[in-house]
Amino acid sequence: MAVLLLLPLDDKPILRFALFMIPYLTVGYDILRKAFKGIMNRQVFDENFLMGVATIGAMALGEYTEGVAVMWFYQIGELFQSYAVGKSRQNISDLMDIRPDYANIEEDGQIEKVDPDDVEVGSTIVVNPGEKVPIDGVIIEGHTTLNTAALTGESIPADVQVGDEVISGCVNMTCVIKIETTREFEESTASKILDLVENATSRKSKSEQFITKFAKVYTPAVCYSALALAVLPPIIRLVIGMQPMWGDWIYRALTFLVISCPCAIVVSIPLSFFGGIGGAGNQGILIKGSNFMETLSQVKTVVFDKTGTITKGNFVVSGVHHSTMEDKKLVELAALAEAHSSHPISRSLQEAYGKPLDLGRVSDVTEYSGEGVVAVVDGKQVAAGNLRLMKRLGITAEDCHKVGTVVHIALDGEYAGHILIADELKGNAREAMKALTKAGVRRTVMLTGDKENVAQAVASEVGISEYHAGLLPADKVGHVEKLLASSTEKDRLAFVGDGINDAPVLGRADIGIAMGALGSDAAIEAADVVLMDDDPLKIAKAIRIAKKCMRIVYENIYFAIGVKLACLLLGALGIANMWLAIFADVGVMVICVLNAIRCLMVKNL
Amino acid sequence: MKKTYKIDVDCANCANKMEEATKKTPGVKDATVNFMALKMKVEFEDGADVDAVMQNVIKNCKVVEDDCQIFI
Repeated sequence: MAVLLLLPLDDKPILRFALFMIPYLTVGYDILRKAFKGIMNRQVFDENFLMGVATIGAMALGEYTEGVAVMWFYQIGELFQSYAVGKSRQNISDLMDIRPDYANIEEDGQIEKVDPDDVEVGSTIVVNPGEKVPIDGVIIEGHTTLNTAALTGESIPADVQVGDEVISGCVNMTCVIKIETTREFEESTASKILDLVENATSRKSKSEQFITKFAKVYTPAVCYSALALAVLPPIIRLVIGMQPMWGDWIYRALTFLVISCPCAIVVSIPLSFFGGIGGAGNQGILIKGSNFMETLSQVKTVVFDKTGTITKGNFVVSGVHHSTMEDKKLVELAALAEAHSSHPISRSLQEAYGKPLDLGRVSDVTEYSGEGVVAVVDGKQVAAGNLRLMKRLGITAEDCHKVGTVVHIALDGEYAGHILIADELKGNAREAMKALTKAGVRRTVMLTGDKENVAQAVASEVGISEYHAGLLPADKVGHVEKLLASSTEKDRLAFVGDGINDAPVLGRADIGIAMGALGSDAAIEAADVVLMDDDPLKIAKAIRIAKKCMRIVYENIYFAIGVKLACLLLGALGIANMWLAIFADVGVMVICVLNAIRCLMVKNL
Repeated sequence: MKKTYKIDVDCANCANKMEEATKKTPGVKDATVNFMALKMKVEFEDGADVDAVMQNVIKNCKVVEDDCQIFI
């Protein structure tokens, strides 16, 4: 083309036209063909038609260079767009690289590689080191270390052994294991997560709906104004006795057509959401729809269900007080006395003791329901239970000032001290609250079925200002509704639960966040945002990702519409030529797409 | 009844147009086209003949965007 520009063809118009038609048709053939088909199908306002009219018009006006250039840049833009979209599709599927390609099924000692889809529930599969666990199941042979990073974003590997449940999508790191499958492939965790991420962008956000509507109106509106611009001013000029300048006004109208293509915005918005959702998924945060991304970015109130979100929900021995003997000895006696009980307290005591219990040392166990046990251990009578048990035995007990469940111990009728068992706070619960405040959350509320004093202690420990204790699951819905009523449209409320028994509340809040949901179907179903592991810091991270994504979405909307409108105005005034119009179309699209790709980069957010 | 189909289409606006066209096809209760995942979810009306409806969906989509494909 450069050669064509240099040739002294000014005096040979027909040759010049013919020579310029070569690059024009080579570049634009495809578009002209599609435009023609569009007209035949009565779909006038599509991009191809607009580009076709604009360039043919430019050629007709003798602006050959511009006609060819517009077509050329438009094609480059399209190419870039499909490259960028394809690339981010690829990136996201790499990020969510948990889809297993095959399963090694074992039948009669023979191992066969099959499609995971063909494995029936209850089959035995073998997972070699380096392979992904294809289907959820239980280990029946071997022990190994699993890498769950692809699912949770957590890089600490998990040790598993016979009897442990394993979840598809984890990578086996060290030894061969055999798994008996408990689910079909379709129902397995990895398939469900992938399905969720892929379908997330089907739930369109308000900004996407706005853009779709905008695109529908924008293109015809610009086309009609182009027509008006081509016809009206020259006629008016004719009427008032001036030169009509048809060529000039038609050229301005053609610039309009080039700018009228809505693709930049239309492609960049879903791309941003797709990137954000993919990036979050890689961090173990599943956001179930673009609409939830939008809501999440506006969260100002976070309501927690205490157990499983702020506390671990497991009970551990957190102290031994007033003991008349060695603390360890006291725990040992209590563990032995309670050895026959299946109560969670007894399990905590056994864990604190840490060694296998020699049940031969225990005899004559009497259980007092709701109070505790009395048993003979090593020939001595041990009573372990609450204050009521001590009262029944006529023993004065020291009360405990700390919050939690207290097990008083008496040895041969003498008070021997008490053991405090409390729910553990999560290691970074406190930082999580700070991070939330930093992420723009103004109000944190804790709901719990626990007693007032427990709730107060936990709340002040982690820095939550508001708490409501002693609630039944149904009361939690009521509380959330009350909070919802007091918040406005722009201040959204998020409810965070562990997915156990709180499905109604998760559904009622503006946005329900379930945490520690790895392997819990109920939580994945009920929540809008699912945190794969149980790290409370992820809540703030999810909000930050949503905010970044929405910021990029708005940047793109304002930038694209702004530039287009500005160029339309300049075009109407005759200041902008077709080169600027190409920038307004293709350039803006490229910039928006590049900006949208930033949504993927959320790792260090 | 809901079904998901793989599709192929190059531009986001065209995907929106396909969605519109599918929604307007008789026998289709609702439809969403996911441009990023290149998937189309169609919810059929009760008692609709899925194959016949999908043939019409393809026809209607081809009208708005000649280059699109729906893999049935």
